[in-house]
Amino acid sequence: MSQDAKRLAAEAQLSALPLPDGEASWARDARARARTRLLEAGAPARRDEYWKYTNPASLTAPLVLAADAADAPGAPEVFAGIAQRAARFVNGQFREDLSDELAMEGVAASSLADALAQDISITREIFGVLEAAGQDKVDRPLASLNTAVAQHGLVLQVTGKATDAIHIRYDSIGDGASLVHHVVRVESGASLTLLESGHATNAVMEIDIAEGGTLHHVRVQTEATEPCVSHIFARLAGEAEFKTFTLSSDGALTRNEVVMAIEGDEATGHIAGAVLAKGESHIDNTVFVTHDAVNCESRQVFKNVLAGSAQAIFQGKIYVKEGAQKTDGYQISQAVLLNDGAEFLAKPELEIYADDVACSHGSTTGALDRTAMFYLQSRGVPKAEAEAMLIAAFADEAIEEIANEALADEIRTEVARWMASRG
Amino acid sequence: MLKIDNLSVRLEEEDKQILKGVTLNVPAGKVHAIMGPNGSGKSTLSYVLAGRDGYEVTGGEATLDGDNILDMDPEERAASGLFLAFQYPVEIPGVGNMTFLRTALNSQRKARGEDEVSAPDFLKLIRAKAKELNIDADMLKRPVNVGFSGGEKKRNEILQMALLEPRMCILDETDSGLDVDAMKLVAEGVNALRDGTRGFLVITHYQRLLDHIKPDVVHIMADGRIVETGGPDLALKVENEGYADILTSAA
Repeated sequence: MSQDAKRLAAEAQLSALPLPDGEASWARDARARARTRLLEAGAPARRDEYWKYTNPASLTAPLVLAADAADAPGAPEVFAGIAQRAARFVNGQFREDLSDELAMEGVAASSLADALAQDISITREIFGVLEAAGQDKVDRPLASLNTAVAQHGLVLQVTGKATDAIHIRYDSIGDGASLVHHVVRVESGASLTLLESGHATNAVMEIDIAEGGTLHHVRVQTEATEPCVSHIFARLAGEAEFKTFTLSSDGALTRNEVVMAIEGDEATGHIAGAVLAKGESHIDNTVFVTHDAVNCESRQVFKNVLAGSAQAIFQGKIYVKEGAQKTDGYQISQAVLLNDGAEFLAKPELEIYADDVACSHGSTTGALDRTAMFYLQSRGVPKAEAEAMLIAAFADEAIEEIANEALADEIRTEVARWMASRG
Repeated sequence: MLKIDNLSVRLEEEDKQILKGVTLNVPAGKVHAIMGPNGSGKSTLSYVLAGRDGYEVTGGEATLDGDNILDMDPEERAASGLFLAFQYPVEIPGVGNMTFLRTALNSQRKARGEDEVSAPDFLKLIRAKAKELNIDADMLKRPVNVGFSGGEKKRNEILQMALLEPRMCILDETDSGLDVDAMKLVAEGVNALRDGTRGFLVITHYQRLLDHIKPDVVHIMADGRIVETGGPDLALKVENEGYADILTSAA
């Protein structure tokens, strides 16, 4: 696709979606800048370096937004055991009427629409700003599209240690696309656990963590019914801690990008995920970590369990800027292929301009260990159960990246459920 | 109990005939030993009986109390009472030893239509069995065989045997990699399971294990066949004269 064609595709995407109105002038400016970024980059195309393994065609077609939905589906199974405040999005629209009271001690919350109608410095300093910064090395036009038009989302300001998790839950009824955009600011020394379940067609989350702030993010994406893309843009100040974990299972094409900029000394950022895919599923995790401070640690841990003719992609980059000494960067991506038709493609990248760093990466693909299978079976464990045990152990190396044991157990339950349903 | 009749086996990967008509019969309550030089097919016999893939049975049969085990999946063989103590017990990172042992026990009980053992009952059971084999709580908590010493791995095999209470036990070079004290401990564990009804097939290269686990019958295996069968003194003969003389006289 030529640059002209990419621009035309981007224009078509933009013009298919309604433009927001009634927003503050700064917000209108932020939207306009995002439109410019989108049109300059153009829609993603297969020849783009970061779209080699995932065909963006299904993500670049013009979207038709889902209609309003009157009723709401029942309680979700996932995260049910976690003390939480639920923020409900139905067909991509924030439903305050169905949501819990999100504000609590240490957390102020508003809808994106409300925040963009006012001039609140936190929103102004983050909305579209981290997304724009995340385009520095690689174009991420689908995120710019989101910033240009997404009207629903949450703005969370975390000022203390939140006792309950906030659970953003997406439900959809019928067909149609949804775009959501969240802004999260964690103030100095504050902490929050943020959960997500379900999926939006195009989701952006901008996360700004001040000195010593902590954000733990865990999301579960199961059986996406339509192609989806998500972007997380995280900025970490000194001694900040950001941990994000994503479980993606089955469903339509899913592309998750996490772009993390470590800008303060002694910060920690962990990006982990487990992919469980069968059938024709295609799940892509694309990660870009920038180290721009001293004494920081980053980890990328991704485990893929693939059956049928499923495909999983991992593209992970560690970019260490000059002066980011004592960086400890680690990256591992592994796949177990349960049969011949499944495929895992990994593209690890290191780009390092500091001379006193420890960065490592590894990637493996293979079948389940036959010797271990025989050992388990020879003790009377049936084949399916032996497979489930080995898969659980394999996935656990990513799940262990989740700090909260109860949350880790929720994910383990999902893995076991997937193995049992595989048949 | 275990009847092997003219069993012939080919290693699929190398297209090589390993067993060339093995016949032996281990009656209930008896201990039979198989000795033989390296490469004679001893370990292959144990793997084929336990159901490892990669081997093609080209002739003969093997039955456990009349049931043809060669048609069964490995887990079915286990549930019907066959147990193989591995020469090289497998390390399984991420799977807790305790979880493994409980899953194995309950899978077998389920397959036999018996009630599963509850978690508290299992804990009592495994602690008692572990104590007898000098296995500490830490070894039960760790992932299966990961970071275990050679002796610990072999003791873990015997622990599984004691827990699963198979009718027919095959021990493949259980003495390999063990010092004298570790071997005595393992042998005591095995002897404790000799109850007059359970059958044992003890595969070993050296006679020394048989000082501790006294066999009723000793077979010498060479080039995929049993070439000589005798009493316990046959093992001593191997010890004193080596395999070469026996093989020459058998030929």
